[in-house]
Amino acid sequence: MGGLLKSSVAKKFAMALSGLFLVLFLAQHFTINFTSVISPDVFNEISHFMGTNFLVQAILQPILIFGVVFHFVMGFVLEIQNRNARTKSYVRYNGSANSSWMSRNMIYSGAVVLAFLGLHFYDFWVPELVHKYIESHPEDPTRYYGELVAKFVSPVRTGLYVISFVFLMLHLLHGFSSSFQSMGVNNKYSEGIRKFTVGYAIIIPLGFIFIALFHYINNL
Amino acid sequence: MKLTLKIWRQENAETKGKMVDYIIDGIDGDMSFLEMLDVLNEDLVNKGEQPVEFDHDCREGICGSCSLQINGEPHGPDKLITTCQLHMRTFKDGDTIVIEPFRAKAFPVIKDLIVDRTAFDRIQQAYGYISVNTSGNTIDANSIPIEKENADDSFNAATCIGCGACVAACKNASAMLFTSAKVSQFALLPQGEVEADRRVLAMVEQMDKEGFGNCSNTGACEIECPKGISLENIARMNREYLKASVK
Amino acid sequence: MSILDSKIPKGPLEDKWSNYKNNINLVNPANKRNIDVIMIGTGLAGGSAAATLAELGYNVKTFCYQDSPRRAHSIAAQGGINAAKNYQGDGDSNFRLFYDTIKGGDYRSREANVYRLAEVSGNIIDQCVAQGVPFAREYGGMLDNRSFGGVLVSRTFYAKGQTGQQLLLGAYSAMNRQINRGKITAYNRHEMMDVVLVDGKARGIIARDMVTGAIERHSAHAVVLASGGYGNVFFLSTNAMGSNVMAAWRAHRRGAYFANPCYTQIHPTCIPVSGDHQSKLTLMSESLRNDGRIWVPKKIEDAEAIRAGKKKPTDLSEEERDYYLERRYPAFGNLVPRDVASRAAKERCDAGFGVNKTGEAVYLDFASAIERYGKEKAFTSGHKNPSKEEVYNLGKEVVESKYGNLFQMYEKIVDQNPYKTPMMIYPAVHYTMGGLWVDYNLQTTIPGCYSTGEANFSDHGANRLGASALMQGLADGYFVLPYTIGDYLSNDIRTGKIPTDSVEFDTAEKEVTDRINKLMNASGQHSVDFYHKKLGKIMWNKCGMSRNAKELNEAIHEIAELREDFWKNVKIPGTANTKNAELEKAGRVADFLELGELFAKDALHREESCGGHFREEYQTPDGEALRDDENFKYVAAWEYTGKPSDAVLHKEELIFENIELKTRSYK
Repeated sequence: MGGLLKSSVAKKFAMALSGLFLVLFLAQHFTINFTSVISPDVFNEISHFMGTNFLVQAILQPILIFGVVFHFVMGFVLEIQNRNARTKSYVRYNGSANSSWMSRNMIYSGAVVLAFLGLHFYDFWVPELVHKYIESHPEDPTRYYGELVAKFVSPVRTGLYVISFVFLMLHLLHGFSSSFQSMGVNNKYSEGIRKFTVGYAIIIPLGFIFIALFHYINNL
Repeated sequence: MKLTLKIWRQENAETKGKMVDYIIDGIDGDMSFLEMLDVLNEDLVNKGEQPVEFDHDCREGICGSCSLQINGEPHGPDKLITTCQLHMRTFKDGDTIVIEPFRAKAFPVIKDLIVDRTAFDRIQQAYGYISVNTSGNTIDANSIPIEKENADDSFNAATCIGCGACVAACKNASAMLFTSAKVSQFALLPQGEVEADRRVLAMVEQMDKEGFGNCSNTGACEIECPKGISLENIARMNREYLKASVK
Repeated sequence: MSILDSKIPKGPLEDKWSNYKNNINLVNPANKRNIDVIMIGTGLAGGSAAATLAELGYNVKTFCYQDSPRRAHSIAAQGGINAAKNYQGDGDSNFRLFYDTIKGGDYRSREANVYRLAEVSGNIIDQCVAQGVPFAREYGGMLDNRSFGGVLVSRTFYAKGQTGQQLLLGAYSAMNRQINRGKITAYNRHEMMDVVLVDGKARGIIARDMVTGAIERHSAHAVVLASGGYGNVFFLSTNAMGSNVMAAWRAHRRGAYFANPCYTQIHPTCIPVSGDHQSKLTLMSESLRNDGRIWVPKKIEDAEAIRAGKKKPTDLSEEERDYYLERRYPAFGNLVPRDVASRAAKERCDAGFGVNKTGEAVYLDFASAIERYGKEKAFTSGHKNPSKEEVYNLGKEVVESKYGNLFQMYEKIVDQNPYKTPMMIYPAVHYTMGGLWVDYNLQTTIPGCYSTGEANFSDHGANRLGASALMQGLADGYFVLPYTIGDYLSNDIRTGKIPTDSVEFDTAEKEVTDRINKLMNASGQHSVDFYHKKLGKIMWNKCGMSRNAKELNEAIHEIAELREDFWKNVKIPGTANTKNAELEKAGRVADFLELGELFAKDALHREESCGGHFREEYQTPDGEALRDDENFKYVAAWEYTGKPSDAVLHKEELIFENIELKTRSYK
């Protein structure tokens, strides 16, 4: 990996590619979550499939974990390099005159999303592992909906989720369209791509927020 | 008008610099920004103080010498111009103006507001040209027709004046816009195709070696570029680079 | 017989260059590796020559005061470059380009040099295209041309309004190739302080590292000066702030004759001076005169009212305007050559008709062009009865597509919208045709010291045509000097490296440091700019667009006095062993203060009017230039003998075998 990713352009390409992969994953995750709003049964069915299917568990999940880890490790590596490229900073730097807040603060929006991932793993992934491999409960294809809903009793947690999704939105608003530029796509379709990515960046996180609030309100 | 100037003063590359305040009066809106600095310097010389050193030469926006970060933006608040084309009518009586050198690790300060931009030269020396002998015995100029659109795009990339505003504006001090403009100029012409792979790989390698940051597509460079060089060039360079590296 | 030998080859005009090339001595590639060449200046002339010489195998050192070779002032050339390609099939030929250039120069240039220039012009375009210079093209993919400066064919190649920049980047990329090969060592932010002669030959230079202040010795087998023109002797000009005469003047003091210093081109379309703070003038391309009409008010009261801000130019009716170029020169109208247009503007302003607050500006009006184009466009798009506003909008579109960037630049500087109110323009110093005297080989009167581009005097006579400066710079650098210098260097294959520890280098270095110390230790009354501005005023008022014996004599005395005062009382803060812009300027102004005097002396001696040199005593009854071919058909080459006032005149008679001398008339 080191040799392949020596150059700045290649690093950016890898960053874009892993980002796009995560964007795809996000769509899939959202779709599954959204079923929880429509039908607990469908949600349970899909969740059970995802949690027990060999292909998903043994192949897709490691790829996903690698993608996430790669994206944030690389993000930090690039950030450190970028900071080193300006050892002495400006007394006055008017960034808002030439670039969006989102584009200049990807590291912060990314860090918030990363912190959220920690919470999210703590909430779902860790209990799932404990449930499956440590406590070795028998299979229960209907437990997922209940577990989900139980997480959104706490207003604090729900609030944290909502805030995190706002940061995810900010991250995506720049990151999604930016990944196309990094991969060399800038042509007559770019305006269309940009509109699509902006729409996506707004709709998906809003959707997640909706789901969280939906369950929170139902719990009241 | 009367202005407060906060200017970076630094004796040489080794010493530490600091911001120094100057009050200047009698500035006319028709003066260019550099003429305002001339007035300040004349004043300083008459007082026996060291005048402020800054790079400048053609004073008509084409040589790319002038390089000031004014109120947090390269070449000041106006767009599509260089510092020498910035006029004082942009400012108001009583304003405070912060003037700093372009900041980047790859652009070390030489003195006061002057920075060393030879990193740009070295990037171009890394095969950033077409290897053709200057004997004059080349083929006739009209023997290779070039699509007007490509010729125009190539020209637009070639209008880069190498001032470094892109690096100065970028939060990462990245030189991607500059390097990509140079890559694009040749990539868009049939004459440049023969060496295209070697060129883009070598130029990017040199750019990285110089210590510029990575591009994170903030687009600040395009906005601040006095010649309006487009971000399309960066995408083109990325494309060219990826194509060349998988060959 | 003069002691000046122009070394023009024998034979018919069109065969001279080929015959010459066939008969010169060549240096074999193995020997070229042992020969060093120093190049001062990296503009079109210097950059192209450095690249070519390095490619041939010589070891080249380039020097420029800018931080990169790419910033030399050739970069600012706007309009284009001439070449007799005849791509348009409009009857162009080498001979026509040659003829136009000689005639445009008012018959004061050397036939053989100019013909050679025309002959290699086509090659320049081939070369530049091969290097990737993005010239403007037509939809068919072929190169586009435009017509320029009062000639009858379309032979100007261009890259929008940035032709100089693109050509320079081409030469610079050729240089980069050689830097990458290790054949060129580029010394940037370095200024040449003196040329060093060993046994009467140029064998090196003393240079100052402008960052550290270090004085350095560099040796070579030949020294080439491609250091540009001296327009900044006027303080205000279209030259870059750093453009200077130091390299040429130092060589002059060491024995290189200075030719025709008084031939200066004053360009008619520049943005007028707005106040005392002005540091530099901006050119608006000559192409604007294709569509703009130049005028001043007919009545002096109107001019006064406009100056006082009581009237606007648009308040004046057609009858109240004086389109003085169209009135005086009905045949060429607004498209008369640069020298004629400039003098006519000065004449009107001197008579009190100037239109800005300083009284030194005339209008360049696009209203009729906007109306004409608007009507045409409305007609062709089937719009039979367009309203006034529609015509204006359509016309504005056309004008914008042709000159948009220039209009925008004007608006940035002047803060007026030139689509709505006429532009104000005034002549400004732009180019110097005079320079170091060189023979056919481009060698100065110092053996081994060559000069190319604007720094030499050779090709433009008393007036340069538009789009010819770029042509000359590249012709000299790519195609002429590499041959001619080889002939000279063929004698040096056994010389070996020139040592820099010789007495000659010691002496030269000591003189340089003494001079710097003298400047640093002057009493410290006034800044360098104070003197430069004063010099500029003298030059502009007494040696400017029109000159007379009385004022030239005054100028000579005033400049000499100013020079003396300068050396006593200039004030330079800081130290010499660091970056010191005031010291750099002082060294340059010191030389301008000598050149200015020689300039005036040359103008005084030339008792005729020709090209850019207009003597009020020598004019026709209706105010046109009166050339004197009988007595002044020569190049005036001045030899330095200790003081500018004691310079000795040498004449090179100009022989015209292929062209008949005529009076230029544009009526």
